[in-house]
Amino acid sequence: MRPSNPVGIVGYGAYIPMWRLRTSEICRVWGGEPPIEEKAVSALDEDAVTIAVECARYALRRAGINPKELGAIYVGTESKPYAVKPCGTIVAEAIGATPELAAADYEFACKAGTEAFQTCIALVSSGMVKYAMAIGADTAQGRPADPLEYTVACGGAAFIFGPRSEKTLAYLEGSYSYVTDTPDFWRRASEFYPRHGGRFTGEPAYFRHIIGAAKGLMAELGYGPSDFKYAVFHQPNVKFPVRVARMLGFGMDAIKPGLIVQYVGNTYAGSTPLGLAATLDQARCGDRILVVSYGSGAGSDAFSFLVEDRAEGPTQDPPVSLFIGRKRYIDYSTYIKLRGKILR
Amino acid sequence: MRRVSITGVGLTQVSEHWERSLTDLFVEAAAKAIDDAGGEDPEAIYVSSSGAPFIQRQLNLGAMVADALGMAGTPALTVEAGAAGGAIALQEGVRAVASGLYDCVLVGGVEKASDASPEEIAGFLSMPEDQEYTAYTGITNFGLNALIYRQYLERFGVRQEEIAMLAVRCHEHAEGCPHAMYPFKLSLERILSSPFEADPIHVLECSGIGDGAAAVVIQPSRGEGGEVEVAAYSTSTDRVHLTERPDITTFEAVKRASDRALRMAGISRRDVDLVELHDETTITGIISLEDMGFAERGKGTSLLAGEGIEAPQINTFGGLKARGNPVGATGLYQVVEVTMQLRGEAGRCQVDGAEIGLAESLGGLGSTCAITILRRS
Amino acid sequence: MSVPRYWREIKYRYRLIGERCIRCGSLYYPRRAICPRCGSRELEEYQLRDRGRVISWTVIRNPPKDYEKFAPYVVALVELDDGVRILTQLVDIEPEEVKAGMRVEATFRRIREDGTSGIIEYGYKFRPRIESEKK
Repeated sequence: MRPSNPVGIVGYGAYIPMWRLRTSEICRVWGGEPPIEEKAVSALDEDAVTIAVECARYALRRAGINPKELGAIYVGTESKPYAVKPCGTIVAEAIGATPELAAADYEFACKAGTEAFQTCIALVSSGMVKYAMAIGADTAQGRPADPLEYTVACGGAAFIFGPRSEKTLAYLEGSYSYVTDTPDFWRRASEFYPRHGGRFTGEPAYFRHIIGAAKGLMAELGYGPSDFKYAVFHQPNVKFPVRVARMLGFGMDAIKPGLIVQYVGNTYAGSTPLGLAATLDQARCGDRILVVSYGSGAGSDAFSFLVEDRAEGPTQDPPVSLFIGRKRYIDYSTYIKLRGKILR
Repeated sequence: MRRVSITGVGLTQVSEHWERSLTDLFVEAAAKAIDDAGGEDPEAIYVSSSGAPFIQRQLNLGAMVADALGMAGTPALTVEAGAAGGAIALQEGVRAVASGLYDCVLVGGVEKASDASPEEIAGFLSMPEDQEYTAYTGITNFGLNALIYRQYLERFGVRQEEIAMLAVRCHEHAEGCPHAMYPFKLSLERILSSPFEADPIHVLECSGIGDGAAAVVIQPSRGEGGEVEVAAYSTSTDRVHLTERPDITTFEAVKRASDRALRMAGISRRDVDLVELHDETTITGIISLEDMGFAERGKGTSLLAGEGIEAPQINTFGGLKARGNPVGATGLYQVVEVTMQLRGEAGRCQVDGAEIGLAESLGGLGSTCAITILRRS
Repeated sequence: MSVPRYWREIKYRYRLIGERCIRCGSLYYPRRAICPRCGSRELEEYQLRDRGRVISWTVIRNPPKDYEKFAPYVVALVELDDGVRILTQLVDIEPEEVKAGMRVEATFRRIREDGTSGIIEYGYKFRPRIESEKK
């Protein structure tokens, strides 16, 4: 998919809560092998909305635009505080973008954030809006002792898209979405914890869709792996993105800047956006970045971004690495209190 | 305006009165006051209660207590000003008699906080503060006191032990008081080792919220000796938001109200024999003493050591700390206590030769201050 | 929990919008209709600075209703960079670490909620400055 008018990222912002649980703490209680070192846990007064607002504020500052110029805000998350009442309007109000804009929430498991990218790109490219913001943020739940509990984490990133100009940090060359009805991981409406198909979440789900989207995009743009300096893949753990990178022909150097799951965990709808943010923090003008998300249910969004020189400009916004380094450890009992698994 | 006197007093013990209701307590105190005054029915009733609308969901207390006293038909109204309500209700009653409108009024305060849960009480105590920007932060009344306490310690270089001594004195005085909630001594060590209520204030530096009712009967002075006259009364308010006060270690309302009251009574501070302070916490009590001019800024604690023969006796029945703090009734407890002192009826708590007593009452964090000065004629 | 009461304050709490007296320039938070300094009734909205320093603080250990689960929490008197003072919770910090004069910045957090079916109230709290590195 190529937009008819050129579109780019004019600002982005990230946020990761400061609390960390070492996976060894989970192993202490439930046994098992830790697939990552530690994961980020939101405070009792944080949720997907507060994380989205933090990201949005940094993105706005980075973009240097008036919030009233935003024509749309979309929040992708699977941990909506309200089942009915959009996070998008709360974010819009918190950053002073209301009332003249469109806002809504997206759900597509871990790719809800990049789903929002697609819509923002289209709105900007069509000239319907000047700027549009897509946010991926989550504080998703994992069932105690379930394998996914070792990685499920909290965090997010926001991206503001606008017409390509001297304000652009990275130019969107094209995108590609690949979806099928694949029930690999789901959560029924009144359930607190999700369920998943175990090993079924591998080849028929994660790998098939990421590879489908990545190959589809590269074919459409006429690129091969060597055309990209960096690649960001959805990171539910360390093994999957490393393996899919290898399968697609990318080396560790390409995925390293965006691979943060071992320190932060899988931030679900925040995962790929955070990986992109971390990569952009280090990228230089002329670098090309492949971004491929994955959301259960299932589908992948692929994007090719070409970094422009404004990305190297000075900024006061904290890079992702700062949020990774800003941490305090909690123990398992504090963790289950913060995550609402035990209630007063 | 003619001179008025307090001719009858009555109060209940400050306690957790599980078996008694709001009106039960009020009737007990009011009946005692009316009997004490000679049995004449009041022509008007002024009630003070802060928690009734919230804790008991009871409005229209004036009519409720008039009826309970068997006096339906008597004009009655409720005064609300947080913990200063009792004193302000008194002032309304005084003005009504002084103006010649009535010859006999009953003023009573009542509170039944024990009907609420601890969390509800914590919320109730911060209801006199702005709800949208102060209470909204989750701060409590004691928490606001704590912000002031910390600034005060830093600013004046006073040690916390010196401030906490006020609580020790209060408990010493309450030991012989039949109506006190905590009529026993407390050591400084016990106080300072109690858990933090809101850092840096310790739990045992904070007044105890209790149930109780206190009432007085006001009549025109007869011009005979030995009466307890209302020599002065004054109220002032201050900026409600702590954030808007240039200096949070002083209460402007206390300064203004006390200045005016002393002038109205035509006395100097040296003439005051006893002061019933509004010590909702130790720091509030110390700052009150300074703002009323009994000590310089930062030197309020010097009065606790009994330094200087001119220093007044403080919290002679235990103050809010040891006698207890039934919020809407507290101001009237203070007035009843001063009256008992001036009559020589204070028993083990008696201050010898007491002639002039001052009661200081605060609503909110010093956003309302009511000062009453009584004098033995 | 009253929906209209919460809704009315949203803009002012989410974005720290106070009031400025047009006549004498005094700044206020929360907003006012009349300037207590000069008596003017002409005031305009004013965007507070979102950074400041701690003046005084306390730790709430016996919280009021609806705040129980957060205890113990820090509430501080903060002076913003434009001189306006504000009362706010301090988060992302242990109570022992709070120091007078420390630099803090605004953050967006949940304040309280009306059970599991009522509305969620959001608003400002402050946290230690996240000092960012220049790229």
